[in-house]
Amino acid sequence: MTTMQAITDQNGVKRYMVNLVVNGDHRTVVVKANTLLVNVLRDHLDLTGTKKGCELGDCGSCTVLLNGKPVNSCLVLAVEADGQEIVTIEGLVQQGDTLDPLQEAFIDHAAVQCGYCTPGMILSAKALLAKNPSPTEQEVREAIAGNLCRCTGYVNVVKAVMVAAKRLQEGRGADHEG
Amino acid sequence: MRDNYAVIGKSVPKIDGRVKVTGQAKYTGDLKFPNMLVGKILTSPHPHARILHIDTTEAERLPGVKAVITHKDVPPLKYGISPARWDENIFCIDKVRFVGDKVAAVAAVDDETVYKALKLIKVDYEVLPAVFDPIEAMAEGAPQIHDEYPRNINTEIHQHFGDVEKAFAQAYHVRTDRFVGQRTYQSPIEPHSAISMWEGGKLTVYTSTQSPHYFQYYIARQFGLPMGDVRVVKTFVGGGFGGKLEPTGLEFAGAVLSRLTGRPVKMFYDRHEMFAHNRGRHRQIMEITSGVDRDGKILGVHANFIMDGGAYTSLGIATAYYAGAMLTLTYDFANYKFDMIRVYTNLPACGAQRGHGAPQPRYAFECHLDMVAQDLGIDPLEMRLRNARKPNTITPNQFKINSCELEECIQQARRLSGWDAKKGKLPRGRGIGIAVGSFVSGAGYPIYRTNLPHAAAIIKVHEDGSAATLYTGATDIGQGSDTVLCQMAAEAMGFVYERMKIVAADTETTPHDFGAYASRQTLMSGAAVKQAGEEVKKQLLAMAGEMMQVAPEELDCREGVIFVKGRPEVNITFGEAAREFFVRKGPLIGRGAYTPPTLGGTFRGAAVGTSPAYSFAAQISEVEVDEETGEIQVKEVWDVHDCGTVINPALLHGQVHGALYMGMGESVWEEVLFDASGRILNPNLAEYRLPTALDMPKITSALVDSFEPAGPWGVKEVGEGATIPTMGCYANAIYDAMGIRVYSLPLTYEKVWRALREKRNADFSQNRQMAEAVPATPDEAARGDGR
Repeated sequence: MTTMQAITDQNGVKRYMVNLVVNGDHRTVVVKANTLLVNVLRDHLDLTGTKKGCELGDCGSCTVLLNGKPVNSCLVLAVEADGQEIVTIEGLVQQGDTLDPLQEAFIDHAAVQCGYCTPGMILSAKALLAKNPSPTEQEVREAIAGNLCRCTGYVNVVKAVMVAAKRLQEGRGADHEG
Repeated sequence: MRDNYAVIGKSVPKIDGRVKVTGQAKYTGDLKFPNMLVGKILTSPHPHARILHIDTTEAERLPGVKAVITHKDVPPLKYGISPARWDENIFCIDKVRFVGDKVAAVAAVDDETVYKALKLIKVDYEVLPAVFDPIEAMAEGAPQIHDEYPRNINTEIHQHFGDVEKAFAQAYHVRTDRFVGQRTYQSPIEPHSAISMWEGGKLTVYTSTQSPHYFQYYIARQFGLPMGDVRVVKTFVGGGFGGKLEPTGLEFAGAVLSRLTGRPVKMFYDRHEMFAHNRGRHRQIMEITSGVDRDGKILGVHANFIMDGGAYTSLGIATAYYAGAMLTLTYDFANYKFDMIRVYTNLPACGAQRGHGAPQPRYAFECHLDMVAQDLGIDPLEMRLRNARKPNTITPNQFKINSCELEECIQQARRLSGWDAKKGKLPRGRGIGIAVGSFVSGAGYPIYRTNLPHAAAIIKVHEDGSAATLYTGATDIGQGSDTVLCQMAAEAMGFVYERMKIVAADTETTPHDFGAYASRQTLMSGAAVKQAGEEVKKQLLAMAGEMMQVAPEELDCREGVIFVKGRPEVNITFGEAAREFFVRKGPLIGRGAYTPPTLGGTFRGAAVGTSPAYSFAAQISEVEVDEETGEIQVKEVWDVHDCGTVINPALLHGQVHGALYMGMGESVWEEVLFDASGRILNPNLAEYRLPTALDMPKITSALVDSFEPAGPWGVKEVGEGATIPTMGCYANAIYDAMGIRVYSLPLTYEKVWRALREKRNADFSQNRQMAEAVPATPDEAARGDGR
């Protein structure tokens, strides 16, 4: 990792220049050593799709993908993310307004109620399907066990992830044949 | 005709589904306004202390701090969501009453400065003795929490219908049991927040609320403003479950800070502060006595309860009444006595949580009923069938029941779960249990006394006829009321859901509605929406009649097409007629309002529990208990609901899943715990133990056919009903599995383990006595600890 550039203000507080790739865009922010990634995303970059529910790593509302891995962005320092690739919920919509199959499945299967856990839930599921395209129901439950939902009892969330996995598999099959 | 609907009864996708899955939906904490400040509230570190002096000078001097306020800067008027007992101040004046009580607030340029400033406020306290248990709080000489309430009694209820003593005297069997509930917390995933701004003499508050109306009413009252000068706007809300029904303090403090600074102020609670502010479920101590005849028919019931209210009233007066009032709904008995004392303690105030007051008493009653059935040798399911309420009956406390398919709910749950094949036949360690429940479809009377309609709606058809917008004060907090009400609007107008837009829960742009609580919106807001839709349709058909030269009575409109009845090929579109209407007559508007009929008796407290309609449910669960560890695994749950006509099946089942989830958490894991000085030990979601996806059993949610005459299209409630039977249902399944009864919530592994150990010891000593009296065969001795 390259050494980050730092500047010190008149009170002696040091700030670091952090370079991130967020949803494919190169972004630069200047932060203190203790600034959390979740606050950079929400406050500096206005990516408020990443939610804050506890700031303790319990609820998973702030889940983002850091180099493809789901992380609680309230437990990641912004400086730790320097040079890394981050995907937030805003990065999931493909060209135009095509939704990710997970997003489609969440809508189709009533997996969204208040919607506050939804971005984190979808990103955890996204990471799961990237490494395990045909998970069992138990594997889905394990993958989203760090994302708390107070509305759905997880019933339709699990169903939606299973359906999205199936659709993706079928889509891949069709691509091969096509 | 009932199933010939075009829009309702279909699982259309949620109207806000797309914005929620893409992260576009903005919750209050996501909003930013130019020049906005950040505000926070300083709270008490002591459970009970006199405030001697507050020094804010150092905090005020900190660069970046724009305002620091205490009780001296705010109106001294007491408030509270229950007008019966206004007992809170925006900031404490003379003393603090729980750890977390509100003392002062700061507005500053950023979070970091705010937190620093809070630490610089110096408060001198004289610490007073505190009391945390309701029974101790009622004792002579206990610390006095509010001067106006001797022995810390917040409210006392004594109701008697029929003659319970006589019923007990005539009964074949009388039994008393005592149960204890726990403090739980709603724990919405989105913490409370509010953004307040004064502009041109008008206060606007963006907030995470279940009721813009009550917020507006209480904020206006607190600051002596006409309601028209207070605008409350609901943003997307990340779950409420009762906790976001009343102002949180953030709105009051933010309003003052904004007025002083002339800038928008965003206030928020972190997760710990959420637990400290609380307003979650009351812990109840519940003694239930009932008398039954030889066949298990209930003759009379006496419910004798005490509840820990915490330091303030919140919605607790209603909670106290609900706790007893709702026990009469499910079973038909004529004699009922209800005694309740709600007691102040030096703990966070309790309020309304999903199922408002009813779930813990229901747990107690359903356990008790199982034990009565056991005493009589009657199957628990059969016991419930023998007593189940019938349609078109009146409860002893004067609630009028119209539709009621409880018997069919029980029968269907019996079939789905395979009860007859399982009850008493499962291997040791496995058990099956049943419980039932019922809930209101909206409260018959509002929280404060007013003759305003309970709900109102306006529908505006767009000038070109391409869409219609529903304006409603109804409040979508995730349950899907925006979607369901748009379906209803489209159905009533003869329009299509896909072309519906909605503006909701903004006190300035939408007509009055009391909001999301007491499971009221599908029935009450729905009734107003239906009326508004029908008014649009009537005007549209008149216009189409002119255009088509046909009498309007001969026309109908369905899915956006106006046609001659019996000759559907003669038609014009909804859009064409709507556009022509605008050209000739101006805006095409429909209006609706709903006021429930006069309900209930005339005794004290008769209003609480009244409703135009009641839902009913039966739940059966199958559990597995690990004999070594006490671990409970719920294998499967079947919920069968009577909720009238269904508007959106997918959303409805989602409500059942969520209600059951909350009931399950409260059954086994969830509990707010305190140390000896009233500080919360587990103010976070992990240690509070919110269940994860791995903790949930297989859930089957089923419905019975039902039609409620008091509801639009026959609807009634679902959102809270499924929370009510769950705790009792699990407790009964655990009993069936192991022959042990856990008399307090939550039914933790440890309690189960201890009960198992006690039972083993008891069985062991009993066996030894028997062995000493009559020598047993080895086989019989081995079976001795069985059920």
